[in-house]
Amino acid sequence: MARRESIKNLQREKNLFGARVAVGTVLCLLMTGLLLYRLSALQIQGHEYYTTRANDNRLRVVPVPPVRGLIYDRNGVVLAENRPAFGLEITPEQVDDMPALLGQLGSLIELTESDLKRFNDRVNRTPRYRGVPLRTHLNMEEVALLEVNRHDLRGAEVTAGLTRNYPLASEGAHVVGYVSGITEDDLQRIDAASYQGLGQIGKTGLERFYEDRLRGMPGARIIEANAFGRPLREIEHRPGQAGQNLHLTLDSDVQAVAQAALGELNGAVVAIDPRSGEIIALVSKPGYEPHRFVEGIDAVSYRNLLQDRNRPLFNRALQGQYPPGSTLKPAMAVAGLEHMVVDPEHREFCPGHMQLPGSTRLFRCWRRRGHGWMNMVSGVMQSCDIYFYQLALNLGIDLMHDSMQQFGLGSITGIDLPLESTGLMPSRAWKRRTRGEAWYPGETLIVGIGQGYTLATPLQMAQMTARLAMRGGGYPPHLLRESVDPVSQQRVSHSPEALPPIILRNPDHWSAVIQAMIDTAHKQGGTALRIGQNAPYLIAAKTGTAQVASLSQDDKVARTLENTPVRLRDHALFIAFAPADDPQIAVAVLAEHAGSGSAVAAPVARKVMDQYLLGEVQYDVPAPVIAPYSGDVRKTSGAP
Amino acid sequence: MALIDVGGQRGNPTLSDWFERWHIDSWTLSLLLILSGFGMVMLYSASGHDLGAVSAQAKRLGLGFVLMILVAQAPPEWYRSGAGWLYGGTVLMLVLVLLLGDSAKGAQRWLDFGVMRFQPSELMKLAMPLAIAAYLHQRTLPPQIGSMLVSIVLIAVPTGLVMVQPDLGTSLLVVAAGGFALFFAGLRWRWILGAIAAVAATAPFLWMRLHDYQRGRILTLFNPERDPLGAGYHITQSKIAIGSGGTFGKGWLEGTQAKLDFLPEANTDFIFAVIAEELGLIGVVLLLLVYLAIVARGLLIALRAQDTFQRLLAAALTLKFFVYVFINIGMVIGLLPVVGVPLPLISYGGTSAVSLLVGFGMLMSIQTNRKLLAN
Repeated sequence: MARRESIKNLQREKNLFGARVAVGTVLCLLMTGLLLYRLSALQIQGHEYYTTRANDNRLRVVPVPPVRGLIYDRNGVVLAENRPAFGLEITPEQVDDMPALLGQLGSLIELTESDLKRFNDRVNRTPRYRGVPLRTHLNMEEVALLEVNRHDLRGAEVTAGLTRNYPLASEGAHVVGYVSGITEDDLQRIDAASYQGLGQIGKTGLERFYEDRLRGMPGARIIEANAFGRPLREIEHRPGQAGQNLHLTLDSDVQAVAQAALGELNGAVVAIDPRSGEIIALVSKPGYEPHRFVEGIDAVSYRNLLQDRNRPLFNRALQGQYPPGSTLKPAMAVAGLEHMVVDPEHREFCPGHMQLPGSTRLFRCWRRRGHGWMNMVSGVMQSCDIYFYQLALNLGIDLMHDSMQQFGLGSITGIDLPLESTGLMPSRAWKRRTRGEAWYPGETLIVGIGQGYTLATPLQMAQMTARLAMRGGGYPPHLLRESVDPVSQQRVSHSPEALPPIILRNPDHWSAVIQAMIDTAHKQGGTALRIGQNAPYLIAAKTGTAQVASLSQDDKVARTLENTPVRLRDHALFIAFAPADDPQIAVAVLAEHAGSGSAVAAPVARKVMDQYLLGEVQYDVPAPVIAPYSGDVRKTSGAP
Repeated sequence: MALIDVGGQRGNPTLSDWFERWHIDSWTLSLLLILSGFGMVMLYSASGHDLGAVSAQAKRLGLGFVLMILVAQAPPEWYRSGAGWLYGGTVLMLVLVLLLGDSAKGAQRWLDFGVMRFQPSELMKLAMPLAIAAYLHQRTLPPQIGSMLVSIVLIAVPTGLVMVQPDLGTSLLVVAAGGFALFFAGLRWRWILGAIAAVAATAPFLWMRLHDYQRGRILTLFNPERDPLGAGYHITQSKIAIGSGGTFGKGWLEGTQAKLDFLPEANTDFIFAVIAEELGLIGVVLLLLVYLAIVARGLLIALRAQDTFQRLLAAALTLKFFVYVFINIGMVIGLLPVVGVPLPLISYGGTSAVSLLVGFGMLMSIQTNRKLLAN
């Protein structure tokens, strides 16, 4: 039956099959069409998008760090440079037997436990084809040993990089600053794109202030890499921009003399060219070793530095705030003359002390037996406190405040270094605002001799001196003279605009005060005679002693340096400019707890001026030491 | 044929005489050789200039072509009479695989005979159309409900056995091979539509039965970004390769996706993406034309075949070949889930190439034996 049926339906079956083949053909064509539709969507419409994605896959941007700019002093002496540093890297992929290699290396160079631990940690977190640092800062001997044995050390390689070097080391640290590793805090304030490939950033000093100029801009290499991140070839090199070289106004010879002159004392020296505001020297002692930060300081050492009682990280020259003491007197004299509370011939009698009406408090002169009749010149020259108590009383606190502010006290100078302090020039308004108290007349008196609330940084004192020297003219103090592009040699000079001048109604008053300062250094009875009498140039100067601990007015026992603990001893201060008839340098010296300004601080200033003006130090007095010391009997308030 | 027929004006046996004597269909052979040659050229690029891989593939293909010609020597009747045995034996082996097979990548597919490892599911791709064609040959067509149900059981049992290995790609091809035989036999449209409806209705239950990785593949298909580093990585990288190839491609050996190892399985299942990246849409269209030409030749052979068995076998093998192509390209371009079906005669790997070539041997047998009879 089946056979018969099949014979019967043979043609029908064949027709049916033909129809099904037609359907099958159509089906194949439709499905092919679907594939082509999808393919054209990917390859034509999606082409651009997927091309980008393919490139994102394969192309890696490897930053090329820029070379940091160098820092030179005004004579071309290098203060910050980049020095090759050698390290040892191991590429795990190329090493057959890691423990054997490490053992072999350990027999050639020093490998500490922590080197090995850090290395092992990093090996596990790094692709095997990438080098992992095992040691940094190899010395030349170690480099040579490794290179000689190179053939036995497959997978180990000496790498060369650049590290920052500061030839002045601790003597330049407070000016130049240092670079160190970028921290989380730094990341908050920087544009990460500018730091690609860079591990360090200027942390303080000029390295921080001129970070943007010194750094340059990173370039990039476009690398083709495979799916495992292995770089295969360079596609493109985009050059970066090298950092600018900085040429400073600083004179490293003068800087060195100032350092040496301060000796073991803690203190600061600031020297300014008053004609331009250029900083010639800026010293803060003690200094610190900047390379420890470059190499990465450990937490314990850092804490020790922070807790050091000498505060080596503290830049006394611009962060330290001290009572300016008698160094304020020339500026006070200018104010007194300007506001006609005195004229140059006006006289006051100094009996050694004075009292305010209705008060029993005794205000003493540093010279207990008194100076006798004093005029402006002798008042400055002998630093008579009574004269300036009277002057202050006549001026009043508010006029004093306004006048001293003109000399720059109480506000930052705008020097191109970070973290400058403002100092403080008190006023009625200030006291009411900050303490909620009325101003007492007695406070006016001691502000008149640079004590009380008055605070100034050594930099401000130097700036005040420069403005005296320039008879009210002057420029903001600054360290940068010009920056130079190392590639194009294009120079950009840095010369700040002149400050608004201090204009006196009678310009002769400048001469009067300057003459008083000259007499201080050159006339018999002047407090700075010891440094002025044999100077080959004319010096205008003022000594000062800043009181640290207040003494009881009834103090009957004369204090001496020997019987006073060091931390309670007065600060020695000195300001000067020279040549007085053609000012080229203005200096402020602060020596902490060193006692007398004339004995300790003045010689420092003299040596600095000698070096700058004569090219050598003629003044031949050894660097001061704190103890043993046999000096004058100490006085109560202001002092020479 | 005239193009190949160069020698024989003077009574010497011509090339076409020689082909006829050895039961070779010169159209099919030429197209398959073009495809295989092209495949090896692309394999060289996709394997990262690995001549060893190319020569290994050449040896397998050589073996496949030899088997194809051997298979072509036997008359179609032999296959019809052997179909039942082959089918039964293969089902038995599939059961054995489940009981004691070797597993690879979480699936049991291999039987280890000591000297060689063997994948019975691959054999089922041939045994299935043979069995259905042989069975329906004896029945009245279009198939009545009884023969349809028998066919469905014949298809369902091995399909199920392959699916639980689990090997979704092969089970799809096994269903396709058997189903197309049934389709070409004239299965009524209402049953076809009914079956589609039934599949749609049971899909949720099938979903529950799928392995996690199979579900993952399906979910990832619709949203490759769901798992950009895992299951979606293949398809994402594949689309990037294809799309970045554009109209004209990046040039042979210039495809970055494959060369730099972003494209996984570039020389096996995803070799189509390499072709699309390096040769562009134009190369892909030419490749599809070669495949369609082979399909056309196969359907022509089927139309000319002399009995039901031969017709159904030829048409089912041809459509199965097309489904192979469709599933592979579909999954590479993100239309279908990644089910692990190679691109016929181009992907690196021997088993599927050999079984496909054996199938073409049967087509040749059908074509050339008809001619002999006609003579």
